[in-house]
Amino acid sequence: MIYRVISKSEFRKFLESLIESNVTIGPVQSDVDRNNDPIYKFQQVHSADEIELDYTISYTAVKNFFLPYREKLSEYTFTDDDWDQTIEYRVHPRVLVGLRPCDINALNILDRIFYKGTYPSPYYISRRKNTFIIGLDHEPLPDCFCSSMNHHTVTEGFDVFCSDIGDSYYLAINSSPAFDFLKKFQVTVPTDEDDKSYIERRKFIKKSFKTNVEIGSLPSFLDIEFDSPIWKKWGDKCLNCGTCAMVCPTCYCYQVEENIAVNLKKASKDMMLYSCTILDFAEVAGGHNFRPKKEDRLKYRYYHHYRGFEENAKEPICVGCNRCGRACLADINPKDVINDLRLDNEERS
Amino acid sequence: MKYLGLGPQKPKVGVFDFTCCEGCELQLANKETTLVDFLSLMEIVNFREISSDKGDDYEIALIEGSISRADEIERLKKIRERAKVLVAIGTCACFGGINSLKNRYPIDEVNREVYGEMPKETLEVKPVKEYVQVDLAIPGCPINKAEVERIIVDVVTKAEIKFPKYPVCVECKQHINTCLFDLGQFCLGPVTQAGCDAVCTSGKMGCLGCRGPFEAPNFEAFFDIAKEKGFSKDYIKERLSFFNAFSEVKDV
Ligand code: SF4
Ligand code: SF4
Ligand code: SF4
Ligand code: SF4
Ligand code: SF4
Repeated sequence: MIYRVISKSEFRKFLESLIESNVTIGPVQSDVDRNNDPIYKFQQVHSADEIELDYTISYTAVKNFFLPYREKLSEYTFTDDDWDQTIEYRVHPRVLVGLRPCDINALNILDRIFYKGTYPSPYYISRRKNTFIIGLDHEPLPDCFCSSMNHHTVTEGFDVFCSDIGDSYYLAINSSPAFDFLKKFQVTVPTDEDDKSYIERRKFIKKSFKTNVEIGSLPSFLDIEFDSPIWKKWGDKCLNCGTCAMVCPTCYCYQVEENIAVNLKKASKDMMLYSCTILDFAEVAGGHNFRPKKEDRLKYRYYHHYRGFEENAKEPICVGCNRCGRACLADINPKDVINDLRLDNEERS
Repeated sequence: MKYLGLGPQKPKVGVFDFTCCEGCELQLANKETTLVDFLSLMEIVNFREISSDKGDDYEIALIEGSISRADEIERLKKIRERAKVLVAIGTCACFGGINSLKNRYPIDEVNREVYGEMPKETLEVKPVKEYVQVDLAIPGCPINKAEVERIIVDVVTKAEIKFPKYPVCVECKQHINTCLFDLGQFCLGPVTQAGCDAVCTSGKMGCLGCRGPFEAPNFEAFFDIAKEKGFSKDYIKERLSFFNAFSEVKDV
């Protein structure tokens, strides 16, 4: 990692030049909610003016730029006795500006499965490799709990990470393209003063978290709480709507469907992001559903996120962004569910 | 292997309209790029909107519209006798649809309002399934042509016909829409069967549930949420009754 400092006005020029020559995606304001608060989403931008660098949090995670909600995996063409398959996963290089530490950590978690896992996905890898990532720190929102998950800082998985130190950004440069590209701009080696501001900034962010989710020993007490009545209580509220997984930066489950074209001469294999809270997630051929009850489906979402599966090295995969909690109409959120479980656990022991 | 009792040949299809706007029939004739391929998967023997043929030898009868007159009941029963498979297409046929608004008023009052001094013989609006056995229901106001295409491909390839087991919210999220509840609006998306690609909510219009409930609606929790957000019981009931697609809900 190489550290540099760039003034905010120079950083703008840097952004403009990136936008000029690349598809660039950044946070833009898309709506105003019923409390008059702005809603931000990641979208393609055509000028730096559109990007809201001081945005709060994006409504949905940026995961869809790596794992699209729907994607054609392959296409088949049938001839008389034969068939051909075409697979396309090339993407143009692009820039993602303004990712929060938790968002980058989420990509690192997805990397473990789709990049470095047993069955790497060429679709994911091509997108990940061809995306230049600029991270940006921020003051946590009242309900962010990424510090509890230890995902409020990030040390890898980006090209350059910017910490806001007033009139400038303190840059952590993590790739040679980033280093080379920044050479064309006025960047300086951090002075003692800059280092101090940076450390202050880190401390300030660290102490600004208002929500703490106690996750120590969570994996083991989740095992103890497997039959807890708490699951029924929260499950009864669940709408089976899948929203939590759709907005979550690390939920990666998908289903694959084969679709035959109307002319019966072509077909495709199509993937669609799915969710363990959806009714037929655990339904198998023949119609048997291993998790017909909504409380069980909800429970498994929590198990995957806080206990981890084998492919996640049994580590939690939640990064603590609380997007699921904010988006859930039923107000099912990690903080309250885990606190409930903890209370139940304490009462029992 | 046979599916829904059909062999591998091109099915003979008849399309029949009852009380409706014929919008679903129009959908069948829509999507020009694949229309020729679509029509070549079947033999149309009776379809007023696109053909002058008036054949009675159909295997599959597609029924559009709700039933609101005694002569319609008779006609429907005859079609049922002739068809091997009867498919209700569109919200009117599946649930009664918009026409069900009529059922909110005394039938005589409705008759007078519409026909004045020349009243017509008319009945309460009912979905097709109230009178004959329905083998397959394809909801939607109007039906989604892409979904119909998929179903007909499933029929001719003898694959299992499947509908989404998730609500409209999933498709809404795929479009990265802002949830209408966040904008202070009401939406039936969380209890409604997906498959329309969330057209209404993508245009910032709350879902009115034209596709009816999905397989696992949690009505109780959903109504609690809506009431907590300030929507009155009457308002929720009004929304639910728009297409008459939630008649199973007795109270909110
Ligand atoms: S937890 Fe909330 S967002 Fe997730 S499926 Fe249940 S109701 Fe939907
Ligand atoms: S929580 Fe559920 S939807 Fe999300 S990744 Fe895990 S199993 Fe898949
Ligand atoms: S589970 Fe919820 S809080 Fe955790 S990463 Fe996913 S959306 Fe964020
Ligand atoms: S707008 Fe409606 S369909 Fe979309 S997420 Fe919200 S409740 Fe669901
Ligand atoms: S969003 Fe709702 S009302 Fe609109 S087409 Fe879909 S199911 Fe029908």
